[in-house]
Amino acid sequence: MSTATHDTKREAPAEPTTPVGKAADYLDQRTTIGVLVKEFARKVFPDHWSFMLGEIALFSFVVLIASGFFLTMFFEPSMALTTYEGEHPANMHGQLMSVAFSSTLEMSFEVRGGLLMRQIHHWSALIFMASIVVHMMRVFFTGAFRKPREINWIVGILLMILGLGAGFTGYSLPDDVLSGNGLRITDGVVKSIPLIGSPLSYFIFGGEFPGHHIVPRLFTLHIFVIPGLLLALIALHLFLMVLQKHTQYPGGGRTDKNVVGYPAAPVYVAKMTGNFFIIAGVLTLMGATMSINNVWNYGPFDPSPVSAGAQPDWYMLFLEGSLRLMPGQGTEWVIFGYTLPLNVLVPAVVIPGILFTFLIVYPFLEARVTGDKREHHVLDRPRNKPARTGLGVGFLAAFIILALAGSNDLIATHFGLSINSITWVFRILFFVGPVFAYYITKRICLGLQRKDRELVLHGHESGRIVRFANGEYIEVHTPLDEQERWLRVNYEAPAPLEIAPKTDARGVKRKGYASDKRWQGLSRFFYEDRVAPVSPAEVEAAHSHGEHDQLDGSERQAVEAGAGSTSREH
Amino acid sequence: MSENQNPPADTSREVTVAPEAGTVVGPAERFTDPGVPEHKHRLTDTDPRAAKRAERTVTFLFVLSVLGTIGSIVAYIMVPPDGTTSGVRLSTLLLGLGLAVSLLGIGVAGIHWAKSLMGDREMVQERHPLASSDETRADAVRDLNDGLQDSGVVGRRGVLKGAFFGALALFPLAIAVPLIGSVGGDWNISKFKHTMWKNGTRLAIDPSGRPIKASDVTVGSVFHVIPETTEEFRETHEWITEKSKAVVLMVRLNPEDLRTDQSPEGETWSHEGIVAYSKICTHVGCPVALYEQQTHHLLCPCHQSTFDIADSAKVVFGPANRRLPQLPITVDDEGYLVAQDDFAEPIGPSFWERLK
Repeated sequence: MSTATHDTKREAPAEPTTPVGKAADYLDQRTTIGVLVKEFARKVFPDHWSFMLGEIALFSFVVLIASGFFLTMFFEPSMALTTYEGEHPANMHGQLMSVAFSSTLEMSFEVRGGLLMRQIHHWSALIFMASIVVHMMRVFFTGAFRKPREINWIVGILLMILGLGAGFTGYSLPDDVLSGNGLRITDGVVKSIPLIGSPLSYFIFGGEFPGHHIVPRLFTLHIFVIPGLLLALIALHLFLMVLQKHTQYPGGGRTDKNVVGYPAAPVYVAKMTGNFFIIAGVLTLMGATMSINNVWNYGPFDPSPVSAGAQPDWYMLFLEGSLRLMPGQGTEWVIFGYTLPLNVLVPAVVIPGILFTFLIVYPFLEARVTGDKREHHVLDRPRNKPARTGLGVGFLAAFIILALAGSNDLIATHFGLSINSITWVFRILFFVGPVFAYYITKRICLGLQRKDRELVLHGHESGRIVRFANGEYIEVHTPLDEQERWLRVNYEAPAPLEIAPKTDARGVKRKGYASDKRWQGLSRFFYEDRVAPVSPAEVEAAHSHGEHDQLDGSERQAVEAGAGSTSREH
Repeated sequence: MSENQNPPADTSREVTVAPEAGTVVGPAERFTDPGVPEHKHRLTDTDPRAAKRAERTVTFLFVLSVLGTIGSIVAYIMVPPDGTTSGVRLSTLLLGLGLAVSLLGIGVAGIHWAKSLMGDREMVQERHPLASSDETRADAVRDLNDGLQDSGVVGRRGVLKGAFFGALALFPLAIAVPLIGSVGGDWNISKFKHTMWKNGTRLAIDPSGRPIKASDVTVGSVFHVIPETTEEFRETHEWITEKSKAVVLMVRLNPEDLRTDQSPEGETWSHEGIVAYSKICTHVGCPVALYEQQTHHLLCPCHQSTFDIADSAKVVFGPANRRLPQLPITVDDEGYLVAQDDFAEPIGPSFWERLK
């Protein structure tokens, strides 16, 4: 394509001769597509394995659409009751069930490749959510959410929330006992909302739980509304990524004003296509070899039975754990005769609300306490922003503790522990764990920064011991090459905000001082502990310090020669 | 990267030595960027034999993919599922393996091709600030103002604007009202407060529907109970919805184990140690199905709310706040267990109007 475009552009009189050239010429005369090709064919993208994480999410979504299309050919989203006539699975024969459930069974047992597609679809959903979360971690810890990418960070959070919605609506479609109890929990959570809870429950179920409307409604959401929104937002997400150009990791020659990497065509075309096929292949392998959600073992929905040890899909575990941890005693309030069940409202609505709000607000909060209005295109090494990295790990700790609490019954049965004690441990951990994780992570980051300073100032240990004439031993250190040194000194260590004094020159109290003071306090929390990058002057000072203390005359020359040879060997 | 905008303040507790604020910014203040590292050649760039080898590997992988596709189709024809679970599993496995090889072959070949044979020289392109230029901005503002002038909105009476925004704001109601009106069924949320249990409804076994005689209930036994109805009704949606509220767990305890003093109704609502409680958890509504005979504890497997059956089903652990509602029972003339009445309070999870 690109050669054809060059033909038409540069040698306009020359007629294209190859078939591809002719096709390109035909298109260009009608669409000006040559401009686009010229713009994007050799557009440079930076390279790093972690930039592939979002790609995994994108390609699992493609697999979800392809396998989902297959499933819609056979699934019937109806709650009409029917008696299952199929011979297999034997335990379901002759049972009364909804058409949704029986069509799920037929799709698994009668349609060739039906079970394969169901399992690929389910595994893809799990990997889709997992890759979104890991991609978000990469973006958070490297500071890729900073200006100008705050909007894209929020688009990403919306994508994650829509992903949760897609998973939830899809999971409930087969109308089996397990997902039916999941819906029942949802109904209980919805009812707990003050004032509008009960009508909202009627709104969702078209009457009382479960009624006979919920499966077709979830189906419409699952195959039309949510995928439509996902597609639109993915398009926006990628458009912004291309418009703003991808971020790059720090390194020699990489600045906020350039982008260093490989051209879209052919390298990324090949790598991304290859990556798509690999991800599709791995998901197919999972669908082929690992059975998942064998609904015929649970049976059609019946409001009475429930199985012990049942778990939701992993991305819902944190909500389940949150519900499990909240103590019930004294947490249901009655105000003027109206009931406020905080034992449900807090874990299922307030806590997820706080978690998502933190994610949405964080980029703006960090920019404010840093006093930062510039564009950033070079990523941070996580160690160079200790408070951010600590907060991120603290957040993850809270999420993981909640998810583990969602499996407290399995932990109890596997390790033979008391479920009550496990729950109490998690209740305490939920408050202590994130703080501890924050503190430890921040200290590790500061330690790594000091290590970087140490390396830049004194170089690598070479393992070569030199003895001086006066009997003193020293180890020769190899100075860093300039690329490695640049990596370790090329960062900013912001200091806490400075604010104008409380009173102006004439002693009049300044408006907004109290607010400034609060922001400064928050800024101190972020940047009070800081390790500044090494300056050339400091390296100079370190060397002269060494001269005074350790070396003189010929001995120094000997050591320097030794150090030189070491670095050559290195 | 550009310079730090915040000079280190006095307030900062510096962990190690940093350049002091206010020192003269000399050329030695920061290190200089060494530039893009020197390009390193790959083996396939320097050794034609290695390049040839990589080419052969890529070709082999594409061929492998073709074989996978063929294998998948062969599996489709040769191994039709016989309907049994193991047959379906075998068919799924073979179809899936063929498809996986077919996909992975292309994928690995593509990546290997890109990594070993395509150009790997890093290129540098300029970035431009994302904000548009000052002239463009000025032009845009002018264009918008011109447009605003042309629309005639500026300076016109507020009534026009009010009518315009009013019409736009109101028209969705014509769609939303009938939609919302119908989507919630009859909106009769007082149904949450009642179940189909009535005075004289027999207690029946779930799911067979056979009524239970008090004499058949031995001490220590547990029954999952539904209200007795016709078989036809039990094949309808109304039944599933009613059952969702009406399921009951019935236990016969030693009368001396039963702490009737805890609930005022205690004595009169049970029958010779037989007690019946709503099976719907007062937390978020899961069926509370795990009964432990030794401790008389009833555990909800969803969120581990634990209720003490011997003590008016009060909460002993977990996120539930209220005890399970008790179904008042007695026996009829034929010795069958029957309900005295509906539950005295709404069953299941709490909601705003629960006590109204």
